[in-house]
Amino acid sequence: MKTAKINVKDGDLLTALRDFFQSILQLEDISAILVPQHLNNKNVVMPTLVTEPKHLNGTDPLAPVFPLNAAKIVSRLTRKPMGAKVAVVLRPCEIRAFVELVKLKQGRIEEVVVVGIDCIGAFRNGDYHQIAGQEGEFTSRFYKNVLSGKKGAPEGFDLAPACKACENPVPNGADILIGLFGVDTDNQLLIQARTATGEALYENLDLSDTQEPPERLAAVESLVAERTAYRDKIFAETAEATNSLEKLNTYFAECVNCYNCRVACPVCYCKECVFVTDVFNHEPVQYLRWANRKGVIKMPTDTIFYHITRMAHMSMACVGCGQCTNACPNNIPVMEMFRTVSYRAQEAFGYEAGRSIEEEPPLSIFREDELTEVVGIGKVV
Amino acid sequence: MADFEPTIIAFVCNWCTYTAADLAGTARLGYPANVRLIRVMCTGMVDPKYVIKALLEGADAVLISGCHPGDCHYINGNFKARRRIKLLKEILSRFGFGEERLRLTWIGASDGIQFAETIHEMVTQIKTLGPSEAKATMII
Repeated sequence: MKTAKINVKDGDLLTALRDFFQSILQLEDISAILVPQHLNNKNVVMPTLVTEPKHLNGTDPLAPVFPLNAAKIVSRLTRKPMGAKVAVVLRPCEIRAFVELVKLKQGRIEEVVVVGIDCIGAFRNGDYHQIAGQEGEFTSRFYKNVLSGKKGAPEGFDLAPACKACENPVPNGADILIGLFGVDTDNQLLIQARTATGEALYENLDLSDTQEPPERLAAVESLVAERTAYRDKIFAETAEATNSLEKLNTYFAECVNCYNCRVACPVCYCKECVFVTDVFNHEPVQYLRWANRKGVIKMPTDTIFYHITRMAHMSMACVGCGQCTNACPNNIPVMEMFRTVSYRAQEAFGYEAGRSIEEEPPLSIFREDELTEVVGIGKVV
Repeated sequence: MADFEPTIIAFVCNWCTYTAADLAGTARLGYPANVRLIRVMCTGMVDPKYVIKALLEGADAVLISGCHPGDCHYINGNFKARRRIKLLKEILSRFGFGEERLRLTWIGASDGIQFAETIHEMVTQIKTLGPSEAKATMII
């Protein structure tokens, strides 16, 4: 694996990253770069598609905010040939969601170079706007704190649960990896070419080879261990909180069927979700019939039906990015629910969403000699 | 629970299990009336939604039954169904739906006897288990 370092002045990672992205954009075969930037002088950070290096001044991929999963943006950019190559700067969970979308034929990898940065996490959207407000320099204070082992958040705030439970802080699926963990980030950043595409780009950049710092492996391992422990705690708590239909109803009690979790979900890719079609536009008299049967129905109807159906649709592709929780207007911990179910379901198929572009999505294939235990009427356990 | 009569929704494929049910009828094999057959063209077209809806609406169990491996009229619909049912079992079991409430079987067109036996067995099982929680809890 080709490894290099780029120099950082006075711990200013954002400037170093901007310069690095500019050097990528100046390459002959890269037409544009998709990178999160500060916009409108606020602490809002959004993906931008940049073709002119001078428009990279607001580069801020380290801002601890995650307004949307950009895999959806990359899917839009790549669903048909564009005739040009674009570098895309993504968080690890965005890369994994994009991998799933490519396998579901919702995007193509041929015209992208994926640049991934070690992810230091993000706050929930609401929290971020409260903490960062209009202050400048918020990002640099945050990453300096986090990378020096301090708490990145002021008292009373914490990273989004999805980030705290994320066991994939390193962008393993990237073509070019930018490493922060176990790296002396006051002075340098780690650059690694992880694929053939990455290496081709690497060769064209003016980089000097080096070795991965020996501390990196341990730093990543300890972070992953901490995150995994938190994740498993979430799994246990959520499983316990939803292990009967009654509890599940309580869990989703505040749900108003807004379907925001589906809209925000990077892997819920249907152009038209069945739950917003006429199938669920019931005849008015139908509601009355349902109500008559039991004497009462909850309105809006089909809440649990929607959530379980969505789990059946997306659980093989869920990467745990937590955008569903970000999008929930009533603060239902939906990420915890969907991740718990998805993780176990993926485990049952020996699959892990976003792990590899080669592994086929389990529901798109079958083998003749498998799952015999699923068939038959068995015994009452 | 002696007087509990379960409701079982069965999605049966046109080419095999539906024909087997028909055969059971013409052969005058009795089987419990607890089962409601829904004829589909293939188990591979049983949308997970159908199963989820049936269970949430208060069906005590759902049976999906089609052709034996290799006999599918559409070549491999039953293999696809098998993966889907596996996934559904994974998901539904998290919310208290026992394994027994969702069954998949292969019953060929000439297996009228096996069809009747399967329904008998399933009804016995569900009677032992008792009514589904959904009946009492779900107000949709």
